[in-house]
Amino acid sequence: MTLTAIIFAGILTYLTRMTMIALISRDMLGDKIKAVLEYVPSAVFPAIIFPGIFINDFGTFIDMNDPKIFGALVAVIVGYFSKNIIATISAGLISYWFLIFVVFN
Amino acid sequence: MLTKKQLFTQGMLDISPHMLSVIPFGIICGAIGVELGFHPYLVYAMSFIIFGGASQIVFLQVLSGGASSLVAVASVGIINSRHLLYGAVLSEYLEKLSFIKKLLISYLVVDQGFAESNKFFKKNRTEEFLHYHLIGTGCTMWVCWQIATLSGIVLGSFVPEELGLKFAIPLTFIAIVVQDLKKLDHLIVMITCGLSSLLFFDAPFKSYIIISPIIALFVAALLLRLKK
Repeated sequence: MTLTAIIFAGILTYLTRMTMIALISRDMLGDKIKAVLEYVPSAVFPAIIFPGIFINDFGTFIDMNDPKIFGALVAVIVGYFSKNIIATISAGLISYWFLIFVVFN
Repeated sequence: MLTKKQLFTQGMLDISPHMLSVIPFGIICGAIGVELGFHPYLVYAMSFIIFGGASQIVFLQVLSGGASSLVAVASVGIINSRHLLYGAVLSEYLEKLSFIKKLLISYLVVDQGFAESNKFFKKNRTEEFLHYHLIGTGCTMWVCWQIATLSGIVLGSFVPEELGLKFAIPLTFIAIVVQDLKKLDHLIVMITCGLSSLLFFDAPFKSYIIISPIIALFVAALLLRLKK
């Protein structure tokens, strides 16, 4: 039963990946749409970033002094200047850990 | 002109830093599935059949919360509907491929792979075998995801929960978009999306993940009109 559901979920997921690549030709999209599509990364990824920072495991908002906010800010600053993915992630995690294990402990 | 092998390797190199967040997240995903009481084979089958990080966790949580499998399947479909947007962007670069190749390569499209390959494509439009970069990012992601979720399933959550490693996921996406913060139009689009995602977080079926990009793209369209 669960396996059937997994297979359906898999087919649905595959369709979301395949539809625009295999079934739509680029000519079907006008220049205006192409220009808007330039913004896809900026329009999609914050929907993963913001809830990952501001909403906790129980689906409620975190406090304004939550260490995650500080960690995210450090990651933004380090990422902006270093242009390095590993430095960005490490800086965010380490500053977050510093707060939860050293400062707030 | 770069060879297929060079492009594939470049794809692997470009995505590998993201494994710092993907691998711990995969371990957590595998471990959660077993903890929620699902058979290990089923938990692993998801990594192979669905192959989509957060949607796998949501699927299991929805089912174990007592909802029907229809709700679980719908949630996965809605969470992953953002791939439609990635596909629309990538289609320009993959246009010349045969239909079969398009069908095969589609399986490998994931968030980080799309982000890194799209960056590479924009800078190297003229390369003939561009799609090998996407295969490189996709295969790296696939192999690491399978190994990570499997180890989570077999070994349990050996990543200490106190470390809060789920936080690495927003960080990995910060690393992807951070350079666009200096462009005002992109900044506005990002803030629109981020605030919408918080506003619509409680919308049914986790639909905030597609509602907020749609709102943000409308704002992008408005900005483009203003620019003219």
